[in-house]
Amino acid sequence: MTAACGLLPVLDQEEDTPSYEMSDYEGARARWCPGCGDHSVLTAVQRLLAAEQLKPEQTVFVSGIGCSSRFPHYLSTYGFHGIHGRALPVATGIRLHRPDLRVFVVMGDGDCTSIGAGHWVHAMRYNLDMVVMLLDNAIYGLTKNQTSPTTPQGFRSNTQPHGSWLPALNPLSVALGVTNASFVAQTAEWVPSHLYATLRAAYAHRGLGFVRILQRCPMYSSAVYQAAVQDPARIGLLVHDDGVVVPDLEKVYTTQVAHDPHDLDAARRLAGVTDRIHLGVLFRDPSRPRYEEIRRVAPRTAEERLVELNLELDRYAV
Amino acid sequence: MTDATVSLAAPIDVPAVGCTEHTIEIVSDAGEGAQKCGQIFGAVSAKMGNGVWTVEIIPAEIQPPPRVPDGASGYRIRIGEGPITNWGDATNLAVAFNEQVLLARHRLGALAPDAILLIEDKWAADDDADVRAAWDAAMVELAACNYRIVPVPMEAECLAVVDNPRKGKNMFALGMLAWIYQRDMDRVRDQIAYAFRKKSETIFEQNITLLKLGYDWAADHLDFRIEVVPAPITEALVVMNGNEALGLGAIASGMELCAMYPITPATSVSHYLGEVFERFGGIVHQAEDEIAAAGVAIGASYAGKVAFTITSGPGFALKTEFLGLASMIEVPLVLIDVQRGGPSTGLPTKVEQSDLLAALFGQPGDAPHVIIAPATIEECFHVMIAARRIAETFRTVVMVLSDANLATGVTPFRRPVPDAQWQAAPLDLAPVPSGQRAYDWNPVTGLSRRVIPGQAGGMHTVTGLSHDEGSKVAYSSGVHQRGSAMRSRKLAVLQSLLVAPTVYGDGDGDLLVVGWGSTKGAIEEAVDRARQAGHRVSSLHLRFLSPLEPGLKQIFRRFQKVFTVEINYSDEPDDPFITDENRRRGQLSLLLRNATLVDVDCWTRVPGEPLRPGAILDAIRARLPGGGAP
Repeated sequence: MTAACGLLPVLDQEEDTPSYEMSDYEGARARWCPGCGDHSVLTAVQRLLAAEQLKPEQTVFVSGIGCSSRFPHYLSTYGFHGIHGRALPVATGIRLHRPDLRVFVVMGDGDCTSIGAGHWVHAMRYNLDMVVMLLDNAIYGLTKNQTSPTTPQGFRSNTQPHGSWLPALNPLSVALGVTNASFVAQTAEWVPSHLYATLRAAYAHRGLGFVRILQRCPMYSSAVYQAAVQDPARIGLLVHDDGVVVPDLEKVYTTQVAHDPHDLDAARRLAGVTDRIHLGVLFRDPSRPRYEEIRRVAPRTAEERLVELNLELDRYAV
Repeated sequence: MTDATVSLAAPIDVPAVGCTEHTIEIVSDAGEGAQKCGQIFGAVSAKMGNGVWTVEIIPAEIQPPPRVPDGASGYRIRIGEGPITNWGDATNLAVAFNEQVLLARHRLGALAPDAILLIEDKWAADDDADVRAAWDAAMVELAACNYRIVPVPMEAECLAVVDNPRKGKNMFALGMLAWIYQRDMDRVRDQIAYAFRKKSETIFEQNITLLKLGYDWAADHLDFRIEVVPAPITEALVVMNGNEALGLGAIASGMELCAMYPITPATSVSHYLGEVFERFGGIVHQAEDEIAAAGVAIGASYAGKVAFTITSGPGFALKTEFLGLASMIEVPLVLIDVQRGGPSTGLPTKVEQSDLLAALFGQPGDAPHVIIAPATIEECFHVMIAARRIAETFRTVVMVLSDANLATGVTPFRRPVPDAQWQAAPLDLAPVPSGQRAYDWNPVTGLSRRVIPGQAGGMHTVTGLSHDEGSKVAYSSGVHQRGSAMRSRKLAVLQSLLVAPTVYGDGDGDLLVVGWGSTKGAIEEAVDRARQAGHRVSSLHLRFLSPLEPGLKQIFRRFQKVFTVEINYSDEPDDPFITDENRRRGQLSLLLRNATLVDVDCWTRVPGEPLRPGAILDAIRARLPGGGAP
C-alpha cells in the first residue's frame, strides 16, 4: 500500500521479530449480518494492524454497546467491550495509565453521538493519542431499528415511524467544533482502499484520530447511503499531500476537492456541505497539545514514595 | 519578624477554672474567617497535647446574605484533657461576629445552657435602625436563657490596625481565645504562618498584630480563664481531616490514578491530591462527568495498577452502571463515597449515612462487591491501604463509605509508619502461562489471577455480557449461574478471613448498640455515660458492611436487646400508619436483621449534623428496662 506516504511512521521493527499476518489478528468468527459494513471495517483494521506490525498484546480495542461494538471480540488483541456510550472514558483511563499500549476505540452512532456525546466532545479536547472510529450506519441496529441522531430527517424507524423528526446531527461539524480537536476524517466502508488509507493516516497521527466511517446496515438503513454507493458522482474526494492519497481511486471518484487539512475554516465549510459526501482528511494538526503528555509524571519507586510520604506526614505532625 | 513577637500585655492574675473538656465555637457570616480562626485554634490545641475534635459549620451557599441566621458559618472545637472522639453535645463558649448567627446556634440547641457568649457589639449602635432593632430583639431572646453574654468591640479595636476590620477580626478573636485558654503563643504564631503561607509577609505580620490586640484586650477586660490541661504527648501524632487522611491513605497504598468530578463533600480529597499527588507519581484526572470518572478509573485499573474514584451520593448514583460492569469483568476498583444528606441534592454539606443500601444493592443484576466504612479519621487513612489490597486480591470493587462528619472533622491520631508493603507491586507483564484463561476461577473460592494488557499470550476481550472462564460470551445455559456463583463466592471467602468484631464494654448485657461509620465516638461516649450510671450497655462498631463481619449472631444473642444507631431515616414505631411490618428501618438494622434473624431495632436521625452523645444516651435509656432510670 502506498497511501499517504508522508504520514506513515517508520517502522522500528527488529529484523528477527516474527512478522504478523492479517490472519494473526483474527479473533472469534464475526457474527454480524451478511452484507454488514462492519465486516469491511474489520478487514481494514486487520490490514492496518498487520501493516503496522502491532503486537496483539500491546494493542487494546475498546468499544461500547451496539452491533459495531462487538468488534473487539473478532480480533486477537486485548479488548474491552464495555457499556453503551462509555468507550471513550475507558480508553482514556487505559491511555493515561498505560501509554505503552496502542488504543483503538470503536463506537456506533448511538454510542458516540447520542448517549456518549458528552464523552466524545471531551475526548476530542483531551486529544489522547488513539484512533477513534465512529461506525455510523445512521440507525440503532442491535436493538432493531430505532432512530439515531444521525438518521436522516424523514427516515422511518420503529421509534419514529412517521420519519425522523429532526435534521440529522452532523458528526463532522461537531468534531471540528471542539477546541483542541486535532484530526477529523471521513471515509466509507464501501470504498475499502480509502477506508484503509484513512485509518492508517489516523493511526499515524499523534493525537486523537477521529474517523467517521459511513457504514451500511443491510437490515435497516441500507437506503441511507444507497445513492452514494451507486453514484460515485455524489462523493467528493478530498485530496492533498498531507491528506489521504489513494492511487487509482480518482478513476472511480472523479470529483476531486483540493483541501489542505491544516485549514480549519475550510474543513468546517466542507463538513457543512449537504449535497455531496466528502471523503478524506478534513483536519489535521499534530501540534495540538495531548493531555497524556501534559499529565505525564515521573514514576516513583516504593522507597521514593516512602520518603515523600514521611515528609508529607511531617506537615501534619503534632 | 521582631514585630511579630507576641508579648504579654499584663501579668496573668485571673485564675483559670479547670475543666476536663470544653467546647468552643466561632460563628460568623460566610467569608469572615471564623473557620480559619477555629482551624488554627484546633491545630494549636492538638499540638499542645489536648484531645481535639473539630466540626465545620457550613451554610449551603458560598456567600449567603449577611446577618441572617441561615447563613451561619463557623467552626466548633471540642478540646479535652484526654482523647476527644466526637463533637459532643453543646458549646460552652462561643465567639460570634454578629447576633443573628448566634441566634441560629441558640435555636438549634447548639449552646450549653450556661454558655459564655463573646459577641461583637457594634451592631447595638449601628446606623441602621433595623439592625439596632434586630440586635435588641436578639438580646431579649438570648437573655431568657442562662447564658453569660460578653459584648466585645472587636471591629472597633481592630480599626487601630486595619482599614477593613471585617477581614481581620478573626485573628483578634483568636487572640482572645488564646488568652482565655492559655494557648502556647509560639505555636499560635507558627500555625498562623502555616495557615497564611500563600499570603504575603505583610498579611502575616498584620495578623500577628491583630492576634496580640485580641490577646491584650482579653487580658485587660475579661475576668475568667479556662484551663483544659494538655496531656504530655508521648507518641508521634498527626492532625488532619478525614478527606486529607483518605488522600494520604491512597498515596500510601501506592495507587497512582484518581479520577473524579467535583462534588461536595468529597472534592477536598482531590484538592489535597491535586497539590501533592504528582510528587508520588500519581495524577488526579478531573473527568467531564461522574460517569466518565468511573470509566477512566476502570479503564486505568483494567490496564494496570488499581485506580480510584471519589464521589458523593448524586455522583455515586451516576456511576452505577459502570460499577456493575466492574463487578462483571472483575476489575479491581476503589470507590470513595463521602456521604451527605439525600436523596437527590439533599444536604450537600451535611453528614448522613444513607447510601449504605444504595451502595450494596444499587447495581441492577447481582453485582457483589466489598463495602468498608472507616469509623475514625485515623481509619480513613488505613482503610485505603486495605481497600486497594482487597480490590486487587479479590478482583473486586471496594467501596469506602466515609461521610461529611469525617471529611471535615479534624482530630489528632497516631502517626502512621509508612510501609513499602502497603504499596501495590509493580505491574507484572510476564507472558501468561499456556492454558491460563481470563477468569481462571478457583472452583472453591472464585478467585482468579488478573491478566492485563501487555501480557503476551493473555489476549482476550473483557465484556459486560455474561461470560465463561475464557471471557467468551455465554450462549449456553449454566454459564451465567456459574459466573454469578464465582463472583459471589469471593465475598464469603473474604468474610472467612475477617475476625469477629470486638464488643465495647461487657460481652453480655441488657442492650447492645451497633453502629457504623463516623458515629463511633459519639456512641461510645454515650455507652460510657450509661455504664457509669450502672447500666448494662455495650456497643459494637462495624467496619465491613459487605461482607458483614463474622460472629454477629453469637454476639447479639448475649444481649437482651440490640439496636442500631445511624444517621439515616427510619420510621418511628409509634408514627401514624406505622406497624411492625411496614416500618422502614435504619439501613444497617435491615442488613443485620437479614443476616442474623435477630429482631434488631434502630434509632436513627437525619438532623444534618453529627449525632450528639447525649441524644444517643437518651435513646439508650429509652430501651433499657424501666426506661433507664438509675
